Amino acid sequence: MEDGNASARPRRATGRLCSICNQRKAALKRPKTLEQICRECFYSVFEDEIHSVIVDNNLFRPGERVAVAASGGKDSTVLAYVMSQLNCRHNYGLDLFLLSVDEGITGYRDDSLETVKRNEIEYGLPLKVVSYKDLYGWTMDEIVKTIGLKNNCTFCGVFRRQALDRGAALMEADKIVTGHNADDIAETVLLNILRGDIARLSRCTFITTGEDGPIPRCKPFKYSYEKEIVMYAYFKKLDYFSTECIYSPNAYRGFAREFIKDLERIRPRAILDIIKSGENFRIATSTKMPEQGTCVRCGYISSQKLCKACLLLEGLNRGLPKLGIGRTRGSNGVKKHVEHRNSNTEVSDSNLESKQCGTLNF
Amino acid sequence: MHLTLEFGGGLELLCGSVKTHSVDVKSEPGEHELKMRDLLSWTKSNLIKERPEMFMKGNTVRPGVLVLINDCDWELCGGLDTELEEKDVVVFISTLHGG
Repeated sequence: MEDGNASARPRRATGRLCSICNQRKAALKRPKTLEQICRECFYSVFEDEIHSVIVDNNLFRPGERVAVAASGGKDSTVLAYVMSQLNCRHNYGLDLFLLSVDEGITGYRDDSLETVKRNEIEYGLPLKVVSYKDLYGWTMDEIVKTIGLKNNCTFCGVFRRQALDRGAALMEADKIVTGHNADDIAETVLLNILRGDIARLSRCTFITTGEDGPIPRCKPFKYSYEKEIVMYAYFKKLDYFSTECIYSPNAYRGFAREFIKDLERIRPRAILDIIKSGENFRIATSTKMPEQGTCVRCGYISSQKLCKACLLLEGLNRGLPKLGIGRTRGSNGVKKHVEHRNSNTEVSDSNLESKQCGTLNF
Repeated sequence: MHLTLEFGGGLELLCGSVKTHSVDVKSEPGEHELKMRDLLSWTKSNLIKERPEMFMKGNTVRPGVLVLINDCDWELCGGLDTELEEKDVVVFISTLHGG
C-alpha cells in the first residue's frame, strides 16, 4: 500500500503524517477529534479510550464474571476482541464469556452464530447460546408465520432483552456488556425525544443500567464512534457478520440513524454533543414516573403486572398476537388489554433500548 | 485503468454477494484522470444491482459508508476529488448494518 511512485507525482495522501507519532502515514481521520492518525496510533488511542471509560466509570470489579453479548456483528465482535485484550493487558481479573441469543431466524441467525463460534475459538472465550425456542417455545420464524411481518420486531426486541438476562443468569454472570456505540446512543436519545418517552430518555445515556436488578448491563463503547469500530475491525481483519435481518428492519429507527449520519458528515462532534444533551436532561421531580415492579408471572422487572414478554407470549399462545402490541399506559394497561382483547393499532411499542431487529445489543 | 473494488459490511449484497471486483474503468472522453466521483457513478451503473440508495445519496456515498483508497481513509485523500491511479484498491464498507 505504500506509494512506490511518491517522488514522481505528489500523490494525495503521501506526506500526510500521523499527527500523534509524526512518523507513519496517516490512515484515518478521527471523527471525534478530526486528527489524522496512523493505524498503530489508532489502535492505541481507540483501546486506551475504552480502558479510560471502563476505569473512570468503575464498570467492573476484579473477579467478576462478565457476559459479552455477542451477535456476530461488528460492534459485539470488536467488543469481545477489545475486552479480551484489555482484560489481559490491564489485569481486570474478569472471567469473560460470549453470550449469544438464537432467535430462530433461518438464513440469518444461524449464519451469524457461525461467526460467533469462530470468535469463540479465536479469542479463547467460552460461548453460551440461548434460544427463543428453549425460553419461549417459539422461534422467530414461527412467530412471523403466525403474525406476519408487522410488529415482528417488537416481539424480537422484547424477547431478546429477556433472553440475554436469562442466559446471563443461567451462566451466573455478574454483568453483561453490550456493544452499543456512540452513534447508537445518540440515535436512541433522538428517538426517545421524538416519542416523548421521558423514562427511557433519562435512562438511555447511562453507561450502566439495571444496577438495582440482578445483572447490571454496561456499554464500554458509549463514547466510541461507529466509524472507528468499523475501521478497527477492518484494519485488524476481525471476522464479523453483516447481513441485514431477513425480517424487515425497523424503519422508524432507520430514519433516526440516517439523520445522525447526515449530522456526522457535517459536524462529527454532533454525536457526542447529542449524548451530552441526553445526559443533561433532568426530569422535574413533580413528574410521575412509572413504578418498577416485577412481573407476576415470571418475576422479570416490569412496570406493569405482566412484563412485556409474558404479555406478548400470552397473545401468541392464545392466538391473539396483537395482545401487548401498542402502548400500555398506567398500571391498568395490562388489564385493559387482556379484558378487551382488542388490537391497539397505535405505533407499535418497539423496544427502544434495542437496536433494529436481528442485532444482539441493547 | 485497472482497479480493485471491495465491498463489505453488507454492501456486497448489493452487487451479487461478490466482495471483490477486479475492474477496468475508462475515464470520460476528453478527461485525463479518473476521480472518485467518476468511479462512484461508474460503480453505481456497472456493479450495483439492487438498492442503489444504500450505496449512494446525491453525488456521493451514503452517509455511513466508509471509503478507503489503498487502505487510507478517503477523507484524508481528498474525498470525491481524489485522483485514482492504476492498480488502486478502493474499499467500501457500510456501517449501517446491525452490530
